Amino acid sequence: MGLLSLTIWVPIVFGILLLALGSDNNQVWVRRVALIGALVSFLVTLPMFSAFEVGAAGMQFVEKAPWIERFQMHYHLGVDGISFWLVILTAFITVIVVIAGWEVITERVHQYMGAFLILSGLMIGVFTSLDGMLFYVFFEATLIPMYLIIGIWGGPNKIYAAYKFFLYTLLGSLLMLIALIYLYNASGGSFDLATWHALPLGQTPQTLLFFAFFAAFAVKVPMWPVHTWLPDVHVEAPTGGSAVLAAIMLKLGAYGFLRFSLPIAPDASHEWAGLMIGLSLVAVIYVGLVAMVQTDMKKLVAYSSVAHMGFVTLGFFIFSEMGVTGAVVQMIAHGFVSAAMFLSIGVLYDRVHSRDIAAYGGVMNTMPKFAAFALLFSMANCGLPGTAGFVGEWMVILGAVEANFWLGLAAATALIFGAAYTLWMFKRVYLGAVQNENVAQLNDINAREMTVMVLLAVAVLAMGIYPKPMTDIINPSVAELLAHVAQSKLN
Amino acid sequence: MDQISWVVVYPEIFLLVMACVILLADVSLKATSRPLTFTLTLLTLAGVAAVQALYATQGEVLFGFGTMVVSDPMGNWLKCFAALAVMLTLIYGRQYSADRGMLRGAEMHTLALFALLGMFVMMGGHNFLVIYMGLELLTLSSYAMVALRRDHARATEAAMKYFVLGAMASGFMLYGMSMLYGATGSLDLAEVSTRLARGEVDQRVLALGTVFIVAGLAFKLGAAPFHSWVPDVYEGAPTSVTLLIAAAPKLAAFAIAMRLLVEGMLPLSADWQQMAIVLSVASLLVGNLAAIMQTSFKRMLAFSTISQVGFILLGLVGGVTGMDASNALNAYSATMFYVVTYVLTTLAIFGAMLMMSKTGFEAENISDLAGLNQRTPWLAGVVAACMWSLAGLPPLVGFYAKLAVLQSVLAVGDGYLWLAVFAVMLSLIGAFPYLRVIKVMYFDQPTQSDALHVSAFPQRVLSLNVLTMLALGILPGGLMALCAQAIARLLA
Repeated sequence: MGLLSLTIWVPIVFGILLLALGSDNNQVWVRRVALIGALVSFLVTLPMFSAFEVGAAGMQFVEKAPWIERFQMHYHLGVDGISFWLVILTAFITVIVVIAGWEVITERVHQYMGAFLILSGLMIGVFTSLDGMLFYVFFEATLIPMYLIIGIWGGPNKIYAAYKFFLYTLLGSLLMLIALIYLYNASGGSFDLATWHALPLGQTPQTLLFFAFFAAFAVKVPMWPVHTWLPDVHVEAPTGGSAVLAAIMLKLGAYGFLRFSLPIAPDASHEWAGLMIGLSLVAVIYVGLVAMVQTDMKKLVAYSSVAHMGFVTLGFFIFSEMGVTGAVVQMIAHGFVSAAMFLSIGVLYDRVHSRDIAAYGGVMNTMPKFAAFALLFSMANCGLPGTAGFVGEWMVILGAVEANFWLGLAAATALIFGAAYTLWMFKRVYLGAVQNENVAQLNDINAREMTVMVLLAVAVLAMGIYPKPMTDIINPSVAELLAHVAQSKLN
Repeated sequence: MDQISWVVVYPEIFLLVMACVILLADVSLKATSRPLTFTLTLLTLAGVAAVQALYATQGEVLFGFGTMVVSDPMGNWLKCFAALAVMLTLIYGRQYSADRGMLRGAEMHTLALFALLGMFVMMGGHNFLVIYMGLELLTLSSYAMVALRRDHARATEAAMKYFVLGAMASGFMLYGMSMLYGATGSLDLAEVSTRLARGEVDQRVLALGTVFIVAGLAFKLGAAPFHSWVPDVYEGAPTSVTLLIAAAPKLAAFAIAMRLLVEGMLPLSADWQQMAIVLSVASLLVGNLAAIMQTSFKRMLAFSTISQVGFILLGLVGGVTGMDASNALNAYSATMFYVVTYVLTTLAIFGAMLMMSKTGFEAENISDLAGLNQRTPWLAGVVAACMWSLAGLPPLVGFYAKLAVLQSVLAVGDGYLWLAVFAVMLSLIGAFPYLRVIKVMYFDQPTQSDALHVSAFPQRVLSLNVLTMLALGILPGGLMALCAQAIARLLA
C-alpha cells in the first residue's frame, strides 16, 4: 500500500472503527482512539517531506490500479507541489479539530469523531485523485459527513443550515458530473486527468465545460454571488465543523479550478478571466465591507473567508507565476488562519454561549493568555507581515500589479478593509473594560485549548517568517501548469 | 430446434413441484411444526438461486419447447437475483406477517413461490404468449397476497385497485401483442424481429401495437403517467407484501422490457425510444416532485420508485441511433445494473421498515423514524445508507447506477444533453425527501426511547444485504462486467 493510500485510508479506517465500536458509554475510550487515529493519520503524511523531490513539477508518489474496468476508471493517486501542502494541512487540521472537540462534545462523541476522521480521509482523497471520477466520488462523499456534523451538533437553526449546505453544493457538482461524463465520451473513454489535459477541445465545448466546472467549484470556494450559503452554514455549524469547512472544504473548490478548469479549458479560462477577476474583486472588496457590519462573530469570520478566498481566485486568473503561487500559498495560509479564528470563537462560545460581539468586551482582562493568541490570529487575518496571512496576499497583489496596476491597487485596498473589520472586532471583544457579568467570570484557557492555540500559532508564524520551503515546493508545479494553460487547445 | 429440452426449465419445474409440496405439507402439519414450511421455502429458493447462478456462469444460450423459452445469461442471472430477492423478502417479513395473522397457513409462502415462478417464466419467455402467461401468474399471485389480510379495509381496497388497474394493463399488453401478431404473423420473438427488419409489414398496425405494449410495460413498471396505482398499493398492502411487489418484480419487468423491446422489436426502436423519453421525463417529474410532500414513508418510497423508474427508462433511450446500435450494449447493461442495485437497496430499506414495526404498530410514517439514531444506530445507519444510495450520492451504489445510465444517454451525442441535465436537476430536487428522512433519524429527538428488539437472523441477513450494497459502492466493477456480459449475449 502506497503512502498516499495510507493518508487516505488510515483516518477512514479509524473513523469506521469508532462508528462501529463506540457508544456514549465508552466516551473516554472513544476520545483516545480518535486522537490516536488523528495523530497516526498525521504521522503517515510526514514521510512525504523527506521523500518529496523538491523542484520537480510532475506527480509524485503515484499509485495506479484498475478500479472500474467497465468505464476505464482507475484508482490513480499522486501529489505535486500544488496538492502537497493541502494534504499536510488536512491531516494537521484534523488533529486540531479532534483536540478542540475533546470535552466540548458530550453527546454521540463516537459519531462526531468518526465523522471528522472519515471526512479527513475523503478530503485527502480529493487532493490526491488523478482520475476524474475518483475525484468526483471523494468530492461528493464529503457532503455526507458534513451534513451530519452540521445537523447533529449544530446551533439552533442547524437543520436549515444543513439542508442549505447540502443542496447548494450538490447543485453545482451535478453539473460537473455531466461535464465529467462529457469528457469521458469526448476523450474516447478515459477518466484520466492527464489525458483530459491533453485533449483538444473546440471553443464552445470548452466554454460549456468551463461553466459546468465553475458551477461546482465557485459554489464551493465560494465566489460572489454564490457565497450566500457560507455565512448561514458557518453560524450554525459546531466549532470543529466551521474550522474544517473554512480551512479545507473551501479549498476543494479552489483546488478544482487548478486541476480541472484551467488545464482542461485553457482557452475558455482566458476568455472568461475578466469575469472571474471581476467576481473575485467584488468578493474581496464588497464582501469585505459586508463583513465590517456583522454583529455575529462567526458570520464576520465567514464573510472574511469569502473575501480571502477572493484573493485566491483572483490569483488564479491573472495567469502569472507569482499570482498563482501566491494564491496557493494563500489557500494554505487561510487554512491555518481561518481554523484558528473559528476555534478562538469556539473558546469564547463554549464559555458564554453567545456569538454576538455585543455580548463580550474586555475579555483580555479575564483571559490574558487567550487574548494574546487571539491577537496573533487577528493580525494574521489582516495580513500582517511575519504572519501566514501576509505571504499569499502580497504575492497575489504583486502578480496583479504586474498584470494591471489598477487591478493591483483595487486588491491592495481590500487589505485595508480586512484590517478594519478584524481589528474592530478584536477591539470590541477583547479590549476595554470588562463589560458584563459573563465576561467577568471567564476562566482562561486550559491546557487542552492551549495546545490547540500553540500548534496553530507555530504554524501561522513559521509560514509567515520563512515561507521559502513552501514556495519552493509549489512553484515548479505552478510553472508547469501555467505553461500548459498558455497553450491553446483549439483544434 | 423442435426439441423439448427439459433442462431449460428444470428450475421452473422444481419451483412448481416445491410450491405444491409446501402447500400440501402445510395442510397435514400440526401447528407446532409449521416453521418447517418456512424453512422448506427458504431452502427451495436458495436451491433455485444456486442452480440459476450455475446456469448463468456456464453462459450458454439454450432454447426449450421449440423456441418458446430460452435460457441465457441475462435471464438466468435475473432469475438468480429474483429468487434471492424473494428469499430476503420472506425472511424480513416473517415476524411482521406472523404478528398480523398472515402466516396461519402457508399461503403466503406458496403464493410467493408462484409469483416467483411467474417471474421466471417472464424472464425466460421467448414468445409473446409465454411472456404474457408469466406476467399473469405473477400478477394474480400478487393480487391475492395484497388481499391476504382480508379483514383489513385498506389492504382490501389496495388489492381491488391493484387488480382493476393491473387487469387493464394486462389487457393493453395483450392487445398490443395481438396487433404485432397480426402484422407479422408470428409470436416468436426472433421471428417477429426478422420480419420487422425486413420491413414488409403494415406500419399503422405496428405503431398501435408498439404503443399498447409500451403502455402495458409502463403500467407494470409504474412509470408516469401510468403510476397512479403505485402509491396506493404500496401504502395499503401489508409492508411484507409491499416489498414482494416492489423488489423482485422490477427484475422481471426489466427482463420483459428487454425481451419484448430489444429481442422482439429492436427494428422499431425509433418509436419506442421516443416513448421512453416521454415516460422518463414524466416519471422524473412526478416522482421527484410528489415525493417531497409525502408524510407517509411508504408513499414517499412509492414516489421515489416512480422517479427511479424514470432513470431506468432513461437507459432505454440511448441504445440505438438511426441504424447504429453500437451504444446498445452500453445502454442496456447500464439499465440492468441500475435495476439490480435498485432492488438490492429496496430490499434493505423495506427490511429495515419491517423490523421497526411491532405487533399493533406499523412503522410507516416518516415521523416514526424520529431519533432512530439514538434508539438503534445500526438500523438508522441501514436506512441512511439506502437513502444516500437512492439519492445517488457517491460512494454508494446508486451513484454508479445513475452514472452509467447518464453516460449511455450522453454517448448518443449532444442531442440528449438537455435530457441528462434535466435528469440530474430533478435528482437534485429528489434528494430533498431522502435528506429529510436522514434529518428525522439523526437530527430529531426520539418520541419513543426504547431500543428496538430485532431477532438475530433477519438482522444478520439485513446486515449482509447492506454490506453487499456498501461493497458494491466501492467496487461496482464486478457487477457491471456481469451485466455487460449478460447483455452482450442477448444482443449477439
